[in-house]
Amino acid sequence: MTKVETRLPAPTVPRRFPLRQKYLPVTATAVLISLMYGLGVINYPGFSDTQIVLNIFIDNAFLLVVAVGMTFVILTGGIDLSVGAVVALTTMVVALLLENGWPAAVVLPVALLMGATIGLGMGLMIHYFEVQPFIATLAGMFLARGLCYAISTTSIGIDDPFWVRVANAQLWVGGWFITISVLVALVVVLIAAYVLAYTTFGRDVYAVGGNPQSAMLMGLRVGRTRIAVYTISGLCSGLGGVLLSFYMLSGYGLHASGMELDAIAAVVIGGTLLTGGSGYLLGTVLGVLVLGLIQTIITFQGDLSSWWTKIFIGLFLFVFIVLQRAVTRRRR
Amino acid sequence: MAVALARRQMERWRGSREPRGSDGMSNLVRHRLFWPVAMLLLLLVGNLAFTPGFFAIELRDGHLFGALIDILRQGAPLMLVALGMTLVIATGGIDLSVGAVVAISGALACQQISQLGDQGAVGGVLVAVALALLLCAGLGLWNGFLVGVVGIQPIIATLILMIAGRGVAQLITGGQIINVNSPPYKAIATGFLLAVPVPVIIAAALVAVVALVTRRSAFGMLLESVGGNAGASRLAGIRSRQLIIIAYVACAVCAGVAGLMVSSTVSSADGNNAGLLIELDAILAVVIGGTSLLGGRFSIAGTVVGALLIKTLDTTIYTIGIPPEVTLLFKAVVVVVLCLVQAPAFRARFARRRPTAEVSA
Repeated sequence: MTKVETRLPAPTVPRRFPLRQKYLPVTATAVLISLMYGLGVINYPGFSDTQIVLNIFIDNAFLLVVAVGMTFVILTGGIDLSVGAVVALTTMVVALLLENGWPAAVVLPVALLMGATIGLGMGLMIHYFEVQPFIATLAGMFLARGLCYAISTTSIGIDDPFWVRVANAQLWVGGWFITISVLVALVVVLIAAYVLAYTTFGRDVYAVGGNPQSAMLMGLRVGRTRIAVYTISGLCSGLGGVLLSFYMLSGYGLHASGMELDAIAAVVIGGTLLTGGSGYLLGTVLGVLVLGLIQTIITFQGDLSSWWTKIFIGLFLFVFIVLQRAVTRRRR
Repeated sequence: MAVALARRQMERWRGSREPRGSDGMSNLVRHRLFWPVAMLLLLLVGNLAFTPGFFAIELRDGHLFGALIDILRQGAPLMLVALGMTLVIATGGIDLSVGAVVAISGALACQQISQLGDQGAVGGVLVAVALALLLCAGLGLWNGFLVGVVGIQPIIATLILMIAGRGVAQLITGGQIINVNSPPYKAIATGFLLAVPVPVIIAAALVAVVALVTRRSAFGMLLESVGGNAGASRLAGIRSRQLIIIAYVACAVCAGVAGLMVSSTVSSADGNNAGLLIELDAILAVVIGGTSLLGGRFSIAGTVVGALLIKTLDTTIYTIGIPPEVTLLFKAVVVVVLCLVQAPAFRARFARRRPTAEVSA
């Protein structure tokens, strides 16, 4: 048998696009985003300003970080409903500690550690006691929101000089600026993308999501991986909470309500399957961009009442998901 | 890891080899509804310790009154939402939009009634109620279409309606809270029939209907087969697409009835806050009742117990005087404890410590 004959037979339908099947959902999302952006540019004056795109990142840096953590969890086939509550709890704890005069250098690690610990707790519960992720993290959500209200039922302002300075800092590049939060979020995205694509742990995450039994029989450390992803998600929520506290300069139990759904939506719009094992971090970034773009378009439209806004967000989401579905189906 | 797997397998074999019926108590404990029911009883008894007359039920003016009746009455909407959710979860799906459907149903009914010349007219109220439920069925059809026909992941498909639905509800009410003054409508939540509160009767009737349809016909089994493996079921000749749509329609109608109760209780419709977060409580009730979120297995009785448990928990929080700031904490602790005692792995851990449960490896 010659080398040539051992190659796979050519697909019967000639491929017009040299695109691998596994990148299809992400590519579809990217194409649709471009279309949406184009629509915005055509319809609204001033939409083409690069700062508009940067503003999407500025307004959604915390969501991006949280969605990165959620991506890890969803890739293993789990789900984390506690993220919004943990974000709120972090803003609350940060505000409380700063109010009591703790130095920023101590508050930051404490906030991150708290998020990771909550995630670790849920991971242990899910792995060792086989509690369904949805329920374990729902309990985590009740716990974190409950702690928020136990700390205070009102909003606590932050006037720590370090916090205020970071919050107001603008990094100018050319004629445009971003905030430190955006920088942090991008670093988190890069690290996470590297970990998922090029490390053993990253492969473990995909393997566990693809088929836990096979992963276990292959000798992969399923338990460790599963616990680790919830810890990572908790850590990301903690960091997201810190970024939100920069953005809001306050801690409040009602901050980030419903954020878990935004994060899940971003991950899924980015082409990651909720059943686990398939998806890319780039998709999650695009998913966050979609949500941000929808918000921006609605802001530019400007004359919508609050209920029409909700209906339009739903409609946009619907059109987007159906188009994405149609695109990926046709080219299968 | 392989050892853990082997151990688990061993435990499964051991469980199946144990003589059944010889030890009534152990079988009772192993029943999957044992722990939720035990927890429910524990909460009720705990309430008795704080409020001596907690179990008292009295007949006043031909109506039943008492704390237990209140739990049943206030728990009826949650029970209905959880009932519909059970069917959807049995197919391996999930419906996040029920809270929005609760709001829409109440909004449309109240909007229709508020435009009646005579708000007390039974016919007009019936038409309004029918319209509201019809709309809910349409919304369920929409969810079912997205999941079953278009093939969108259920959590996202229903998220669309969850977000847009609140907007629709506010659109119907014009962004305001609609107050109605209609005795027939008010009777849905506060009336009595043969001394029993009307919502309890409605909930019981719907539970009975769903239980009959799912367990006395093949419908329940077909739902479970779709939830177990949709592709295999379709190849076996089961119309999984239709079954999925039916499940979502049933869920939305149940949520619609619950929405009528919620808005009837206060004789008004609030598009923003009616049924807020009820989807989470409903999912929790379903899971506490032993239904797996992965689909393929469901228990109507479990859902009823789960819903009652959650409502009793809410009542307990009020009666024993837990400050409102920490109610969520209390709830979290109870949910964690309940999940842990229910988890087979947790019980196995305790059982292994006891010499009677040793395994000859």
